[in-house]
Amino acid sequence: MAGADAFDEIRGKPGDPVGRPEFAQLLDWMETTPPAELDRRQKAAEAAFRQLGITFAVYGEEESAERIIPFDIVPRIFTAREWASLSEGLVQRVEAINAFLADIYGPRRILADGVLPEELVLANPQFRPVLAGAKPPHGVFAHICGIDLVRTGPDEFWVLEDNARTPSGVSYMLENREAMLRLCPELFEQFDVAPIDSYPDALLETLQSVSPRGRGADATCVLLTPGHFNSAFYEHSFLADSMGIELVEAADLEVDDDKVWMRTIEGRVQVDVIYRRIDDDYLDPLVFRPDSLLGVPGIVAAYMAGNVALVNAPGTGIADDKAIYSYMPEIVKYYSGGDAKLPNVETYRCREPQALRYTLDNLDKLVVKLVDGSGGYGMLVGPTATRAQIEEFRAALIAEPHRYIAQPTLALSTVPTLTEKGIAPRHVDFRPFVLSGGKGVTITPGGLTRVALREGSLVVNSSQGGGTKDSLILTGQEERA
Amino acid sequence: MRLLIQHETEYHYTEPQARVVQLLRMTPSSHIGQNIVDWRIDVDCDARLKQSTDGFGNIVSMLYLAGPVERIGLRVTGEVLTEDRAGAVSGAIDPLPPAVYRRATELTGPCEALLDLLRDHEGAKGDALSRIHGLNSAVCRLFPCKEHRSTDVRSVGEVLEARSGCSMDMAHVLIAAARADGFPARFVTGYIYREDPDCGHREAPHFWAEIDVPEYGWIGFDPANDMCPNDHYVRVAQGLDFRDAAPISGARVGGGHEVLAIGVDVSLSQEQYQA
Amino acid sequence: MLSRTANSLYWIGRYVERAEFTARLIEATIRLDALSARPAGQGAWDSALLVAAADYDFGLTGETRSPLAISRYLTLAAANPNSIRSCLDAARSNAKSVRTALSRDAWEAINRAWLGLRGRASTGGSQTTLSLVEQIRAETRGFEGALHRMLRNEAYSFLGLGAAMERADNTARLIDVKYHLLLPEGEKVGGLIDRDQWTTILHTVSANTAYRWLYSEGLKPWLVAELLCLKPELPRSLIASSEEVIMHLNAIGKRTGLQGEADRLSRLRHNALERTTIDAIFAQGLHEWLTGFIYENTRIHQAIGQQFRFG
Repeated sequence: MAGADAFDEIRGKPGDPVGRPEFAQLLDWMETTPPAELDRRQKAAEAAFRQLGITFAVYGEEESAERIIPFDIVPRIFTAREWASLSEGLVQRVEAINAFLADIYGPRRILADGVLPEELVLANPQFRPVLAGAKPPHGVFAHICGIDLVRTGPDEFWVLEDNARTPSGVSYMLENREAMLRLCPELFEQFDVAPIDSYPDALLETLQSVSPRGRGADATCVLLTPGHFNSAFYEHSFLADSMGIELVEAADLEVDDDKVWMRTIEGRVQVDVIYRRIDDDYLDPLVFRPDSLLGVPGIVAAYMAGNVALVNAPGTGIADDKAIYSYMPEIVKYYSGGDAKLPNVETYRCREPQALRYTLDNLDKLVVKLVDGSGGYGMLVGPTATRAQIEEFRAALIAEPHRYIAQPTLALSTVPTLTEKGIAPRHVDFRPFVLSGGKGVTITPGGLTRVALREGSLVVNSSQGGGTKDSLILTGQEERA
Repeated sequence: MRLLIQHETEYHYTEPQARVVQLLRMTPSSHIGQNIVDWRIDVDCDARLKQSTDGFGNIVSMLYLAGPVERIGLRVTGEVLTEDRAGAVSGAIDPLPPAVYRRATELTGPCEALLDLLRDHEGAKGDALSRIHGLNSAVCRLFPCKEHRSTDVRSVGEVLEARSGCSMDMAHVLIAAARADGFPARFVTGYIYREDPDCGHREAPHFWAEIDVPEYGWIGFDPANDMCPNDHYVRVAQGLDFRDAAPISGARVGGGHEVLAIGVDVSLSQEQYQA
Repeated sequence: MLSRTANSLYWIGRYVERAEFTARLIEATIRLDALSARPAGQGAWDSALLVAAADYDFGLTGETRSPLAISRYLTLAAANPNSIRSCLDAARSNAKSVRTALSRDAWEAINRAWLGLRGRASTGGSQTTLSLVEQIRAETRGFEGALHRMLRNEAYSFLGLGAAMERADNTARLIDVKYHLLLPEGEKVGGLIDRDQWTTILHTVSANTAYRWLYSEGLKPWLVAELLCLKPELPRSLIASSEEVIMHLNAIGKRTGLQGEADRLSRLRHNALERTTIDAIFAQGLHEWLTGFIYENTRIHQAIGQQFRFG
């Protein structure tokens, strides 16, 4: 379906003889480098990833089943102009997300003004009533957002999903670039690529900027991980290491006097900022799941007292909930005063009878998602689904319509990708990482490109056969050349 | 009424603990019908106590103890002036709109047995208020209320299957039923004064529900006694379910077991007799 | 530094050292076995189990005491907590949780050693065992090399501290098991087999050349004992390990400005080692003296745990 007439980001529209001249050098590179050589480099990169331990554990399998996410050697490229307009849209969207969170956990003006249904927010399990009234240091809730974008044409970008809890994948952005610089240095001679290696510094500055005690570079920042059995542990240790901050587990922290302390060989040290990679549910057994062993008892009290910054703040899940997502254009407009620069994918809220009827009538054309699902699970891709799958979803939709949204199947853009049969187009998405600190928003010029390695597949999740690519953002000089 | 409250909690540990952190939701606030004259929490060992307010509007105290901790004694004493308002709650600190209390939680999720209960009740005609009174009575008739608090915190499904429970379990059932029926409902922790002198000393606080009734606002319903709270009740904390409003949520670092003893005593103030 | 990080580093040091010691023990035992006619060869493997403190646990497996079974047990058995595989598993698991405190080099060396044993079910004959053990030694040497290139910070000190504590324990147990050979009395001592045994001991602690260099006489049991216990020139001797413990504790104390029980106990031990002679040790009884040393080492181990809040 989508494959044949999809927009290719390097070759242009199907049947377009000119393609995209700005990327001609990349086409040359793909044509002149023998596939065997590309394959050799790709294998070298993957071997390096394995040796570094950039693996993810597959739940339910032995530890020996640690896997690496497949890496594709052919990069994806954005021009400086494309990046500039994307950045503007991202800044606007993330500022709105933070304004929304501050409002929802504060005066709830947007509900009073009837912009979105009160119940959708207040009765949503992602809204944490116990945190109402929270004033996080410097007013920032979602310090790190990963915004998932898809593309359907030269200037047509869409936000597919916001990730405002603990978005992962930035280590792949950085390690993929390292691998490309080592294995394909010639590409970086031909293109002026914006560097991304400053991301850890930008992240550290963001963390330091929200320290409640100030102290600038002296603020004690830590990264809280569930431990090395977590599938994203490599990323946790990689980021802590690149920022030069302690990688702590719950047992390293204790709360006393509404302050958080870490246990060191010299005694305890007060912690100012915690970049936590533990879900809300497991963060504090006194307030959330009482059976959590990963959490720090009392940490929410320290947060509510304003003595520690939690990055991201607990309760941010309400901003990336799929039911809320469909209202993002209204939310952006409400807080920024202007139209959303990055559009949403059209979304049918199946909780609404009309939308439900449309969805049921067009199941074979739509993508249906659980509002609280993630990772590509609980999802129906109509055009490629079997009749049995469609009927299964029809029954589920009728039983619990409020749990679903539906979206049209987009003709996602493709990027040339090394496959067993040589270079062929594969569908991609893109997750840039947006940092919000005490001094405003920063975006490192790059992101994580995920690629659906199966021919025709639109599902890019690593658990469903997806891989990653380096994403090159060109600097301004390139345009003039 | 002028009620005197004494609530003692004692933790014993079979092995000394390295640290203990507790979140106490044991301080009531005044509202119409409930005036706090005096209230204090005493801890009988070296500890740090920090007070604040949570998102539900509860006054919470964090209790921090550094080890080795072998036992903790907590004593809450207070004096409260109460007035019978037929269950109506007004003027209470209530930072959240009723819509918050519409969601089902893990403990109050709907289940078949609950839907059966509601179906049996479907015939009940009348306005919302009398419908809820009916629900309250129906929950009261399910099983006799146990004096001792259940050791496990159970979901409504488990309670209905076991057909036995304490006031906490009954409150959860009523809350789940009310929410399934379309009313915002919340969980309340507090104390109850009993005139029967044999009931003087109890082993748990009392738990009941509050339901947002159209045109009336929040009204208390106590399914354990099939009534609306009157001047015998002192309201302390509220939340979506027990987990949000438990008098004590605690965590400890150390081995061994925890042995808990609770004594709750609610009596009439002496001054009442002298008057 | 986090207490947990320090704890993990200390145990990485111990486990890698233990794996390396066991590898060298197996290598030396194969050599001894090859040199001797049975039943001396069998005795070589039995005493290897004793040195690795695995004799009792091996008995529980119910396997026959064949060289193949024993070398497999010491190398690959997951059920043996002190097998090379278990040590590398534990070292890697600790290393994984403190990745940020290790250099990339050091992590990669541990990970490579671990990968090398992954999926191995059998050691095969003595030739394959030798090459496997040689490979493990190469990886642990790689780890030592990576350590030397590390910043001289607390992480380095805790790794070194663990290694030195483990080394002291291993060497003491090695001497203790072979002590009957080192007591210069009794009729049988001094024969051809004993020479091979002594050579084995020296081989296990990489001290063949050291002996020749330090002593002009031929192999003499009491000199071997003196070398292993009291010669600071030999890195794996008890006194050298003891000195290294103090050195690492000093380095940590310098950075934190704190001193404690572990510092005091390890200095006391070292002073005693410096004052004693091999004659005095033999007079007291080598076995008794070593038992005391191992006990003292355990006390220092516990003091380290308390001082740095490993708990």
